[in-house]
Amino acid sequence: MNDMTVPAQASSTGAPLNLSRRGFLGASLGALVLGVALPARQARAQQADAPAIKPGTRVNAFLEIRPDGTVLFRSPFMEGGQGIFTALAQIVGEELDVEPTQFVMEPAPPGPDYLLIGGMRFTGGSMSVRLSYDAMRRLGAAARQMLLQAAAVQLGVPLAELTTEPGRVVHAASGRSLAYGDLAGAAAALPVPENVTLRERADFRWIGKPFARLDIHAKSTGKARYAIDQTVDDMLYGAVQHARRLGMEPGDISNEAQVRAMPGVHSVHRLPGAVAVLANSWWRARRAAEALEVNWTEPASGTANAMPADFSTEGHLAKLKAMPGAGLDFETEGDAAAALAGATQKVEAVYDAPYLAHGQLEPSSALARFNADGTLELWLPNQAPEMFQADAAKVAGLSPDKVILHSQLLGGFFGRHFLYTTANAYPQAILLAKASGRPVKLLWSREEEFLRDALRPMAVARFRAGLDANGLPVAYEAVAVGEGPAGRWFGRKTDKVDSSSVEGIAGKPYAIPNRRIAQIHVDDPMIIGFWRSVGHSMNDFFSETFFDEMADAGKQDPYALRLRLLADKPRHKALLEAVADLSGGWKRGPFTAQDGTRRARGVAMASPFGSEVATIAEVSLRDGEVVVHDVWVAIDPGSIVNPAIINAQVNSAVALGLSSALFEEAVYAEGVPRARNYDGYPILPPDRMPKVHVRIVESGAPMGGIGEPGVPGVPPAVVNAASVLTGKRIRSLPLSKQRLSAGEG
Amino acid sequence: MELTINGQTHQVDIEPDTPLLWVLRDELGMTGTKYGCGLAQCGACTVLVHGQATRSCVTPVETVAGAKIMTIEAIETDPVGQKVVEAWVAQQVPQCGYCQSGQVMAATALLKQSARPTDEEIAGAMVNLCRCGTYNAIAAAVREAAQA
Ligand code: FES
Ligand code: FES
Repeated sequence: MNDMTVPAQASSTGAPLNLSRRGFLGASLGALVLGVALPARQARAQQADAPAIKPGTRVNAFLEIRPDGTVLFRSPFMEGGQGIFTALAQIVGEELDVEPTQFVMEPAPPGPDYLLIGGMRFTGGSMSVRLSYDAMRRLGAAARQMLLQAAAVQLGVPLAELTTEPGRVVHAASGRSLAYGDLAGAAAALPVPENVTLRERADFRWIGKPFARLDIHAKSTGKARYAIDQTVDDMLYGAVQHARRLGMEPGDISNEAQVRAMPGVHSVHRLPGAVAVLANSWWRARRAAEALEVNWTEPASGTANAMPADFSTEGHLAKLKAMPGAGLDFETEGDAAAALAGATQKVEAVYDAPYLAHGQLEPSSALARFNADGTLELWLPNQAPEMFQADAAKVAGLSPDKVILHSQLLGGFFGRHFLYTTANAYPQAILLAKASGRPVKLLWSREEEFLRDALRPMAVARFRAGLDANGLPVAYEAVAVGEGPAGRWFGRKTDKVDSSSVEGIAGKPYAIPNRRIAQIHVDDPMIIGFWRSVGHSMNDFFSETFFDEMADAGKQDPYALRLRLLADKPRHKALLEAVADLSGGWKRGPFTAQDGTRRARGVAMASPFGSEVATIAEVSLRDGEVVVHDVWVAIDPGSIVNPAIINAQVNSAVALGLSSALFEEAVYAEGVPRARNYDGYPILPPDRMPKVHVRIVESGAPMGGIGEPGVPGVPPAVVNAASVLTGKRIRSLPLSKQRLSAGEG
Repeated sequence: MELTINGQTHQVDIEPDTPLLWVLRDELGMTGTKYGCGLAQCGACTVLVHGQATRSCVTPVETVAGAKIMTIEAIETDPVGQKVVEAWVAQQVPQCGYCQSGQVMAATALLKQSARPTDEEIAGAMVNLCRCGTYNAIAAAVREAAQA
């Protein structure tokens, strides 16, 4: 475990001491050793007057060119299957002129260099590539420029006579060349150039190509290591039993002595809202933790986040549905109220969607170790290193620079690994390491993971539309009821609508002249979180299925009506036509397929995270359930980095979107969840996976996201198709709640 | 108790009802086999016992003492496993990768039993969960490995 050991002090290097070793300085120390130094001048300047670091500019904080020509790259973004490591290697490699296969990727430590998302850093919102694309290209180009300059000196030739080929600087006139690995030391001593020339798009060799992922072999052979796999010497394993309701605290433990005597048990601990056992294996720790008979005390009144003893999801849904009021306006155009009053025909509906668990396959864990030098090391999954570092410091009673964070490969995330107070495992690991004086690897069992996950919020949406004499919508009013995760975790103003609660109802492209989108805030008693595609995950279901209700009421074909209302939106219109084309031409059905099943198709559009998506689903009914056969997705992210990754991400998004449409719902009664494992919370199994057909459209619009945008169109496309077969509108998810039967259709 | 894993014997001194998964991970340091649910729901913990796909999270270690156990750590030393890994790479199957040890083991078990499985056999054998939804790529990779 030497590679995890940190030198106590770095004083002899003359490098700054007032900054975290694993902050930007960590990079420079490593680089000095390996030959690509942080320019010493800059490092000292950083120490002396601490000028602001411009994120994404300091070459040496990001990459080390090693003597063998491989490139160690510290990724500002976490890899959890979305392919960001490979995409960054393609982007940086393109400009640096190094084959992406030569890149060795690791998550960057906390530090100012990596704050590429508007002065912050997180891996989410499908933002990684689109917000760092330019900076990462310039970074690669700057590093190439430094190598060229170093080569010019070494070869004694003018810079202008030098070019590069992958991994080498070439002097064509003399036939000489130098490997990047041999130039790295000299190059690193040069200042980072301010101005660089970027490659022409037409000359791209790797950007835009279906480059093979860098992590596939390791992940196919069990060699990829996740937080759950980390070990350090002298480590104890920890398991917890959480209070069944948040806010309850452990009182007496009636069998504590017996549990202490169980095999391998080291100690029993009381933590905020939990009891824990440390042992010499996780299985022993877990068995002992589960055996603890704890007298839980009710929360004192006013306890933050306490889960009410009478809370039920059914009750909360009824409350949301009954909320009076017109809500706070978010998006308005024309006069929806007047147009509604004057409409020939009115359509009204109330929709709802349940709480959802993340259900990422790797349960939460954290490994914590206090070192003799007063630092705390943490190995953990996270989507926001600086925020976790700051919070861990608070828990440990240290300053943030004393917290060394080793971000890990994520065994799925989907929004699970943000800072969610009680939903994160590392505070417990820190407390247990402190109490025991030993390193502790804490792992939540799947049951504890389900109990403490931060859930996608439940929501209700009320719609009213007015149609004119031709059956065309002239008035549209939508009121979302609930709470969004962005407001919960990043602050909500009472006089402003949290966009994460309305995105997907608001921001639709359809030309309806009078519109009002509003929201009624209701505090959610649950710990709510970001779930792949956030508000879009339910709001596009609401708005796009209600769209079909409007179409049906006005006797319009839903595809044709969409096209008509997108007449002035060429990008959307083209995309809708693209998905229809991909599916062999729009047909709603019902029709009889070759295998004799009655089938229908539904269509939906979504505009999530800067991308545009059009989705068509083909479904049939079997034994009261919806079977989805094919899903066609046309996605326009503006421009792309890797079509193979986009294809994989759309497949993945279809699976998750479909899983939520068909099966998923976190149900609570008396303040506790009904399901604590996948047996009670089914997720999409392989035999329910449809065929997925993807068309990528590059409209040239500003680059949009990829990881999430495929999700939101799936539930409405599926439900719109199912409604054709049942002859009845379905306004509540998941579909598995009801037995569906074919209608007249 | 004596365990034969990937052709090597290991002596372990452990409560006999401990699930094989935790013996592999915590006693023997073989962390390629993953924990997902502990309840035979997900298949992340799949290993081969006498060539059969077995969910190690619910397999008491005493029941496999003396059995031939194969884990993902040995996958490339097995000719069928090697083919499966190659197909996994060719089809670029993994996303987060967490379920994939179990998927690869399940595919290897299938192809050991049935070298040319039908689509129905593939569907019947490849039942492990993948939260990243790599199911179509998995099916394609199994078909490819069967043809290799
Ligand atoms: S961990 Fe064994 S089946 Fe899920
Ligand atoms: S690849 Fe992530 S769970 Fe399967």
